[in-house]
Amino acid sequence: MQRMACSFPDEVLEHVFSFVQCDNDRNAISTVCKSWYKIERWSRRRVFVGNCYAISPDMVIRRFPDVRSIELKGKPHFADFNLVPDGWGGYVAPWISAMAAAYPWLEEIRLKRMVITDENLELISKSFKNFKVLVLSSCEGFSTDGLAAIAANCRNLRELDLRESEVEDLSGHWLKHFPDDYTSLVSLNIACLGCEVSFSALERLVGRCPNLRTLRLNRAVPLDKLANLLRRAPQLVELGTGAYSSELRPDVFSNLSGAFSGCKELKSLSGFWDVVPGYLPAVYPICCRLTTLNLSYATIQSPDLIKLVGQCQNLQRLWVLDYIEDAGLDAVAASCKDLRELRVFPSDPYGPEPNVPLTEQGLVSISEGCSKLQSVLYFCRQMSNAALMTIARNRPNMTRFRLCIIEPGTPDYLTLQPLDVGFGAIVEHCKDLQRLSLSGLLTDLVFEYIGTYAKKLEMLSVAFAGESDLGLHHVLSGCEKLRKLEIRDCPFGDKALLANAAKLETMRSLWMSSCSVTFGACKLLGQKMPRLNVEVIDERGTPDSRPESCPIDKLYIYRTVAGSRFDMPGFVWTIDEDSAMRLS
Amino acid sequence: MEIGSEEEKMGFEETELRLGLPGNGGSTEGEVARKRGFSETEATTMDLKLKLSSKDAGMDLNEKAKNLKKEKNLLTADPAKHHAKAQVVGWPPVRSFRKNMLAVQKGSTEESDNKASGNAAFVKVSVDGAPYLRKVDLKTYQSYQELSDALGKMFSSFTIGMKDFMNESKLMDVLNSSDYVPTYEDKVGDWMLVGDVPWEMFVDTCKRLRIMKGKEAIGLAPRAMEKCSNRS
Repeated sequence: MQRMACSFPDEVLEHVFSFVQCDNDRNAISTVCKSWYKIERWSRRRVFVGNCYAISPDMVIRRFPDVRSIELKGKPHFADFNLVPDGWGGYVAPWISAMAAAYPWLEEIRLKRMVITDENLELISKSFKNFKVLVLSSCEGFSTDGLAAIAANCRNLRELDLRESEVEDLSGHWLKHFPDDYTSLVSLNIACLGCEVSFSALERLVGRCPNLRTLRLNRAVPLDKLANLLRRAPQLVELGTGAYSSELRPDVFSNLSGAFSGCKELKSLSGFWDVVPGYLPAVYPICCRLTTLNLSYATIQSPDLIKLVGQCQNLQRLWVLDYIEDAGLDAVAASCKDLRELRVFPSDPYGPEPNVPLTEQGLVSISEGCSKLQSVLYFCRQMSNAALMTIARNRPNMTRFRLCIIEPGTPDYLTLQPLDVGFGAIVEHCKDLQRLSLSGLLTDLVFEYIGTYAKKLEMLSVAFAGESDLGLHHVLSGCEKLRKLEIRDCPFGDKALLANAAKLETMRSLWMSSCSVTFGACKLLGQKMPRLNVEVIDERGTPDSRPESCPIDKLYIYRTVAGSRFDMPGFVWTIDEDSAMRLS
Repeated sequence: MEIGSEEEKMGFEETELRLGLPGNGGSTEGEVARKRGFSETEATTMDLKLKLSSKDAGMDLNEKAKNLKKEKNLLTADPAKHHAKAQVVGWPPVRSFRKNMLAVQKGSTEESDNKASGNAAFVKVSVDGAPYLRKVDLKTYQSYQELSDALGKMFSSFTIGMKDFMNESKLMDVLNSSDYVPTYEDKVGDWMLVGDVPWEMFVDTCKRLRIMKGKEAIGLAPRAMEKCSNRS
């Protein structure tokens, strides 16, 4: 075997390896023998770090000396819903510093839920001569000044994507910092910016970049300017409009309609803030080519939505507000036979009463009519076990199912029973289910079903559910592929956690907030499990000031080879092997 | 290092905290093949007995659950305590960006006059000779006829027939009589005859309504006449 492995020169092996991009396969290659390990590590160009605290920048750089593309994730998912206090962490600074020195040829940085400052952005713009792609997803900590540095210095930039980041809007002039001879832009997403960007600069930029295929504007770009932009970029594949409202004027309408018709490659539409329904027909000519439609900010009513979506026969992904109503979803089920993903968001999530006739029936219709449906995110106010069982039987090919019944603890509205059996049907029938979010009234039984059937489940989100530690135990002991588990407001405590401590090392992370885990159990876990960081997040002050049996507020446990982190704020405590409580 | 039997691991009989350390295959114990078919009919009457394999020394889950409940001293099993009232932090799970965007759009709707993208389109209605103005929400009507009926009721001493303006001869009769004519001011400030444009466009563009005396509306009539002849 050894002779065979060495019989090819390194260059040949490296060339062969270059066809293998997937991380898991690359990892497998590296374990064959020392020679392959060496060749593989020198030729790995793309690294994904799912938890920025699981490993240190130096360890990555030591193993992979010539990386061109890095993706990092920081805060836990529940940070999206304000459950992680500000200042918890997720700072990208140490990574940028280390990579600035080690990876001069770095081309791509993708960050999710991380804190990045203007200084970090400036360092990026000056350190990497061939920098091409910057994607900041749900990030924060920077301003438009940082964007100006990127625009000014990254001569080879292809993608600047700020999806849903929180940016401090100092001025719209940052866009002017793109040099006049800069023409390589392929993708620009500034939808999250509040301020008005310099429109003339935007027009010129769009006009001189012939490879531009994605343009997502922010709300401040008025509708009457959209036609001009489209005419300068008829090759666009993905467009996010600005505000979609203007006084109704036939000349503006026909100009816009003509501009849309000229975009023969347009497949994805989003934006649609402040929609005036009278202007929706301007997009009708291109509806039949659309594969993605994001109307989740469009506060238009069901009849207008039906008229629009009814023309999108090739739609694969639809994001929409619950204004679509059950009737609208019936229409989608009839027209959009290629639908793969549906997300229905709540228009009035905090209202006590339903404000629109959207119920479980809409989702049932979709499950019946759309045979390719794989991914669902659905906010509603009532559900039944019968409906869930129907959906499960209709769509065993479902891989992502996230249901949010708005009022916690809502039972099956027909029988007043818990929804255990309905969700049980989902996990039993959908054998490839990777992601699941539960809601409604649920006992330990649903977790037993999940532990029994959800063998491919990788991420589970639980809120206001369960009755005892048995529930948590079922999940931790049964779900073999579980990587991420996030729990809030459930009566789960120490026992299941400790009995399944070994499991935690096989997962990326566990989040538990407002549960019944004690500080004593956290200390025990922290002491015995050196490869886990057990972070107790509690803004009430040191957990030592309360009895050990007192439940802690929030718990975040993640596996790591980097040891305790050094950037913890005052309200985060970890416990390490010395069994002394560590503050950073 | 804990090497207990399967039974010991599963049953939480002891109050002392047991740690499932690596090395004893904690997470992979019990590849229990549990086949439980879901009945095709209603779920409500299903009796779901959770039967484990004989590996688990015959202790079925219900018994274990009971043991667990006995041993609970620290933990409250009452789910009601964990079910929140309204306005819980982070629930429902809607991202701040989305929350802010929806709030901003609702806000601007309330500020601006008669923005049709909002939930209401209130316009002032004045009738020549009437002592006071009224306000109507155009969005509560689906057609000119409905609006006409509603206005008729509101100002019951006047007769208004908007659909009649589609009819050329009737139009002239009405304009020459002392009947009243509904007109409206559009977004750019022009005064128009009601009934020319599709209903939805009217709702979007109308800023205020004025019911004029027929004779005074003649200046507006030629446009309506033009439209009538184009239509026929």
